[in-house]
Amino acid sequence: MSLRDWLREKVFLGMTLREYARSLVTPFNLVAGLIIAVGFPFIVLRFVHGLGAVTSGSHVQPWGLFLAWGLFSGVPLSASGFVLGTAVYVFGLRRYHPVVNNAILIGFLGYFFAVVFLLIDLGRPWRIYYPVMISYGPASVLFLVGWHVFLYLSCQFLEFSPTIFGWAGAERLRRGARSLTVGLTIFGIILSTLHQSALGAMFLLMPGKVHPLWWSPYLPIFFLTSAIAAGISMVIVVSALVHRFFPGERNPRWTEQLGELTLGMGKAVALTLFTYFGLKLVGVAHGNHWGLLGTSPWGWWFLTELLGFVLLPCLLLVLALKRGSVSLVRLGALWTILGTIINRFNVSLITFNWNLPHRELFEWKEAMIILTVVVIEILVYRWIILRMPVVPEHPAYREGEGEGEGEAHHD
Amino acid sequence: MMDKLVTRRGFLKGVLGTAIGGLILHPVRALAQSARERPDHFAILADLTRCIGCRRCEAACNRANGLPPPEVPFDDKSVFEEKRRPDEKAFTVVNRYEDPKTGKPVYVKIQCMHCEEPACASACLVGALKKTPEGPVIYNEDVCIGCRYCMSACPFYIPAFEYFDPVSPRIQKCYMCYHRIRKGEVPACVAECPMGALTFGRRSELIKLARERIMKNPDRYVDHIYGEHEVGGTDWLYISGVPFEELGFPTNLPEKPLPELSKGFLSLVPIVLVSWPALFGGIYLMSRSRDRERTALTRTRTQAADTGTDKEGNDGDDGTTTSQGE
Repeated sequence: MSLRDWLREKVFLGMTLREYARSLVTPFNLVAGLIIAVGFPFIVLRFVHGLGAVTSGSHVQPWGLFLAWGLFSGVPLSASGFVLGTAVYVFGLRRYHPVVNNAILIGFLGYFFAVVFLLIDLGRPWRIYYPVMISYGPASVLFLVGWHVFLYLSCQFLEFSPTIFGWAGAERLRRGARSLTVGLTIFGIILSTLHQSALGAMFLLMPGKVHPLWWSPYLPIFFLTSAIAAGISMVIVVSALVHRFFPGERNPRWTEQLGELTLGMGKAVALTLFTYFGLKLVGVAHGNHWGLLGTSPWGWWFLTELLGFVLLPCLLLVLALKRGSVSLVRLGALWTILGTIINRFNVSLITFNWNLPHRELFEWKEAMIILTVVVIEILVYRWIILRMPVVPEHPAYREGEGEGEGEAHHD
Repeated sequence: MMDKLVTRRGFLKGVLGTAIGGLILHPVRALAQSARERPDHFAILADLTRCIGCRRCEAACNRANGLPPPEVPFDDKSVFEEKRRPDEKAFTVVNRYEDPKTGKPVYVKIQCMHCEEPACASACLVGALKKTPEGPVIYNEDVCIGCRYCMSACPFYIPAFEYFDPVSPRIQKCYMCYHRIRKGEVPACVAECPMGALTFGRRSELIKLARERIMKNPDRYVDHIYGEHEVGGTDWLYISGVPFEELGFPTNLPEKPLPELSKGFLSLVPIVLVSWPALFGGIYLMSRSRDRERTALTRTRTQAADTGTDKEGNDGDDGTTTSQGE
């Protein structure tokens, strides 16, 4: 195959360059292009004039949207890869094999872009590898997070690499990478349980700064449990969006199969949310903060989060499962994702320094940069799923790959 | 060439060793220092009843640390109109409060408290912030990556960041004039104070001195040495005639050193690292052997179907049917 044919088939979706370029002119791409065109200069601004030029970061409120969104929300939403990987490859729930690749891709991109946000937010981003190679602060919870994000990013890349090799047609490499899957998955469980909870543990140092309703010695377990619910919810929602917007993946049998898998995953989210709700109650009881609940705006806001964004989606999912309604499960999953983001924003930004009189949480330029990076992330995701066998192309996608033996080709 | 190889291998070993050691063993060891084993650090006692708000300490600090000239001159009292905080251009500032009983002004000098077990140092993932054996908490800008976790962690809101430096932004704060202490001199602010409001010495001695002053003049002082126990103790100690909560001091702080709060979590890390592979590896082996049995069962059925009836080896469970082709 000549390079030209290869490019045409693998990159330009079987079109000539001109056809491909023309196919890119869509309303979605125009909006996306516009957002990037507006937002990118702000990223440049940050690197020319410093963080102060685009953020409202101050000496008392050093962390803003970049971390609240990119790290503290982005990482739990990317738990998808580890949860589904564990279910399929370790627990042997092969039924979920058709969504596991997508789950790993969502996870990988989530971590990758968490690092992108870190590179924007760090004062000296070119030293991002220092905690891994140059200078160690092992008593720091962030040291653990840094190491784990580095290791887990590599781990997830390897987990996803069989798909890349499959796309590139490198069959031997694909099999080689495939044989590492179980080991990588178990390594991923270790890393994920530790760093998902470590993100919560980062705030253990600040009992006076995070509002007492959100600060708890149980923060690590709160963060881990809600990350599991959020990760599965991401698979539910993103699979639904892919199914809705990419007609190439649609056919009656796959629709039905995805519906069944969605119900199954919805069950897992409901159970996890219920556990999480219980844990949060234990947290309030442990600190004996019942009195704070109804007495201030913070108390009401806490109740809104707990009842409206943990218990409500949980009940919604239970109702959906009772009715067997796939679309209601998807709504519940979306609600769960929102709830997780609200929780991470509350801990890392909104209730942080709640007792100070004047606070600026973030500036609109930060939000603009976030939007830009998220749009780029969506475009990268779309680029990959249109080319690589991430979402099964047809329902006969073979499930016999679990052992790395009796391989089935899916191309 | 040989040397180079060895060095490279040595380097790799070093990195790996530190990585594994750091991930498994180090956290527990790093946090194991108890209050009793602490050296008797240098400390500074600030007697707020003696401070007249002359701001000479601010000027001395500025000179000793080579900081940029201030926007408002150091003898200008108008700065007291608002409450200021230390920042990257001023490691210490004096604020004016009012004694609610007498209406007289009370001046409070603020700067890094130099905690006995600093939260900032325990937060720093590259070890840029360190508690020295002498007492000062110092900073090494050569390894700082600018994550600003130290700022989030500090209970006194002290570390400041150079937000408008895109190339080499630093964390800035008081270093208790570490360079002077090592030469046997006292910190610049202490040397400059005309009222004897600041006393430099060993922490244990200063606590005795503070107690003595409070005992001799119980009407002049409130019965509290701020910094003796707050967050496990600090190397700046304050005594005052006005309750500390009236003077902007954080009074909601635990007596336990803050790094203790993440100790429990960090001590779980090695447990997870060691036990998860066994646990989940075991679960994997169990689920695989179950799969094998199923596959074998399906095969037997298929064979039976081939020889006997024309029935397919399909038992209807969508989780198992497709594995028959192996």
